[in-house]
Amino acid sequence: MKSDIVLAGVGGQGILTIATILGGAALADNLFLKQAEVHGMSQRGGDVQSNLRLSSDPIFSDLIPLGGADLIVSLEPMEALRYIQFLSAEGWIVTNSAPFVNIDNYPEMESIQQELAKHPNVVSFDMDELAKEVASARSSNLVLLGAASPFIDMSVDKIEAAVRNLFAPKGEKIVDANIAAFRAGRQRALQIAGR
Amino acid sequence: MKHSQLLLGDEALALGAIYAGLSGAYAYPGTPSTEILEFVQKNQVARERNLHSHWSSNEKTALEQALGMSFCGKRSIVSMKHVGMNVAADPFVNSAMTGANGGMLVIAADDPSMHSSQNEQDSRFYADFAMIPALEPSSQQEAYDMAKYGFELSENLGIPVLTRLVTRLSHSRAVVNVEDTPAPENSLHYPANPKQWVLMPAMSKVRNRALIADQQRFEKASEESPFNTYFEGRDHRLGVVASGIAYNYLMECFQGKCPFPLLKISQYPLPYKSLKRLFDSCDALIVVEEGQPFIEQKLIGLDRSGKKIYGKFSGHVVRDGELNPDLVAEAFRKLMPSVDGAINYPRHEAANTVVARPPMLCQGCGHRDVYGALNDALKKFESPKVFGDIGCYTLGFLKPFNAIDTCVDMGASITMAKGAADAGQFPSIAIIGDSTFTHSGMTGLLDAINENSNIVVIISDNLTTGMTGGQDSQGTGKIEDICRGLGADPAHVRTIDSLPKNHDIMVDLFCEEINYPGLSVIVSRRECIQTARRHASKKQ
Repeated sequence: MKSDIVLAGVGGQGILTIATILGGAALADNLFLKQAEVHGMSQRGGDVQSNLRLSSDPIFSDLIPLGGADLIVSLEPMEALRYIQFLSAEGWIVTNSAPFVNIDNYPEMESIQQELAKHPNVVSFDMDELAKEVASARSSNLVLLGAASPFIDMSVDKIEAAVRNLFAPKGEKIVDANIAAFRAGRQRALQIAGR
Repeated sequence: MKHSQLLLGDEALALGAIYAGLSGAYAYPGTPSTEILEFVQKNQVARERNLHSHWSSNEKTALEQALGMSFCGKRSIVSMKHVGMNVAADPFVNSAMTGANGGMLVIAADDPSMHSSQNEQDSRFYADFAMIPALEPSSQQEAYDMAKYGFELSENLGIPVLTRLVTRLSHSRAVVNVEDTPAPENSLHYPANPKQWVLMPAMSKVRNRALIADQQRFEKASEESPFNTYFEGRDHRLGVVASGIAYNYLMECFQGKCPFPLLKISQYPLPYKSLKRLFDSCDALIVVEEGQPFIEQKLIGLDRSGKKIYGKFSGHVVRDGELNPDLVAEAFRKLMPSVDGAINYPRHEAANTVVARPPMLCQGCGHRDVYGALNDALKKFESPKVFGDIGCYTLGFLKPFNAIDTCVDMGASITMAKGAADAGQFPSIAIIGDSTFTHSGMTGLLDAINENSNIVVIISDNLTTGMTGGQDSQGTGKIEDICRGLGADPAHVRTIDSLPKNHDIMVDLFCEEINYPGLSVIVSRRECIQTARRHASKKQ
């Protein structure tokens, strides 16, 4: 098994929570894992990414080679495109379609959508909206994790168990909300991808 | 027995140190090294043992405290970012002269590509310069294992050991096998040769000769190190020297099957015998190393046979920025277009709609109010210059503030503003954060006070070390007292809350103190929005 994932977003959006959950699932599953994060200055509202590599064999590099990623998972549509050169020919893009506009030269949404449409394997929908519907506005990242889960070669039960583990200290209500967000995201992605 | 944990490189090294009988950890926060001390602060064993883990005022004070612990026979670590090595350089270089009693690791986390730094200096040069052995882990597991190994090496060789990390190891997580039971701490015991710790010329001369003679022992340790490994290869047209994390990129590049003989280096001084073996069996060498061309520089000129050494100087490996598997593959293809098995995956074209998204000051950050008011105040003056410093507020250089003219090193705002005022600059403004002020601003302020320099020093106090994620700041609650204690005129040590509602008051205050012909300090205070949020959620 091998999943090389580029996680993308804007500093403060919560991509590292996704990495923590998948990391917990991988550890429980005795998989090898490497996950490079970005700390420091760029966390202040700049673009952030994390390279997450999961494998049943030992992993050498902490960084994914260009054209080597199986998946781009992004909380923001322009940020998904920023790492497009890392995506393999058959790789999937799973992204929130709701833009995070904190710069004055943010491109027209139409051009971003056109660019995304060039790729055959894209799951893109408004995850902020779905998160509000089924849980709360803060759960967009769990909707995203759910949407990405069909494309990761790991059992969904194990990922859900890792979600439960992470949020258990915050109480049952929070666990349930996050599981609901995860499942809603997964279901929507399965519909879009026609799986 | 061992079990698995998911750890950052920083955390793996910290945990390895705790489990190897650490007694004290010292540090000043700096990306990418911060998580080392943070980990010690949170670790259960460290708490039970009451290990020292308080933040220090700067890297120099931190290193000296670690050295004091080593003097008493206990194991200590001191961690810092690469530029912190400049601040700690005095005790670091001299710690080679005193040597170590208890095992001592000086951990320098380099930041190639300058993700959060002002330069790409390579800490291996410091070890070489000080004649101190160095370790350079290539993986999180090695970072963990090298803590214990490093303490033993330090005690066996009687010298501190530098451990060099890089951003992609410090801030990358992996599964690490860790011991189930921590080793006990050393008991307190004093150096066998107490004279060695008094660096007066008569004693230093003796010790210097001993240190020079010790280089052979250090090199022998490198030859025998389990972390320096020779791998045979079938294609002898080229030999590869790969150090630290660059070894991983090399292995990724060849999918674990490097066709060339390979020497992996993770311990210094360089193992010259192993290098010679590689050199003698191959037609040429290529050096793949993260950072500046340290090994390459050592190897050039070593051999008189005319064999070529390729790397950063030859232009085959990029000279700046961090490496990655693609850059390593490119280096091999440049050298040998038909090279076997180097990765080259087909890739998509870059998306041309993507624009840069630079970092910015948080909404609700007091630095914003300081810059807003300062910019309005300075409109009233002809040619103002603002000397900035290191911290979140360096972002004041960017839009929408464009408020600072310089950013050099910790504390340079005050001293450069003074130098500029000495040159005739008016108004000459320094802006510095509270933590940077106590790190390296206080001494410069004393210079300015002693000459009553015509400058305004704005200390933008957010009650924390913000940029690195909110670590305790050593001056909290004491900033005005420190300034007055150094001799600043109390009438010109002013305090203001940096809040939007105070904008006009701040503008007036800045103008007033700029017009005062002498030294003024303005402490503008508001808690960092990030730590304020954390404190608020803890209270709930």
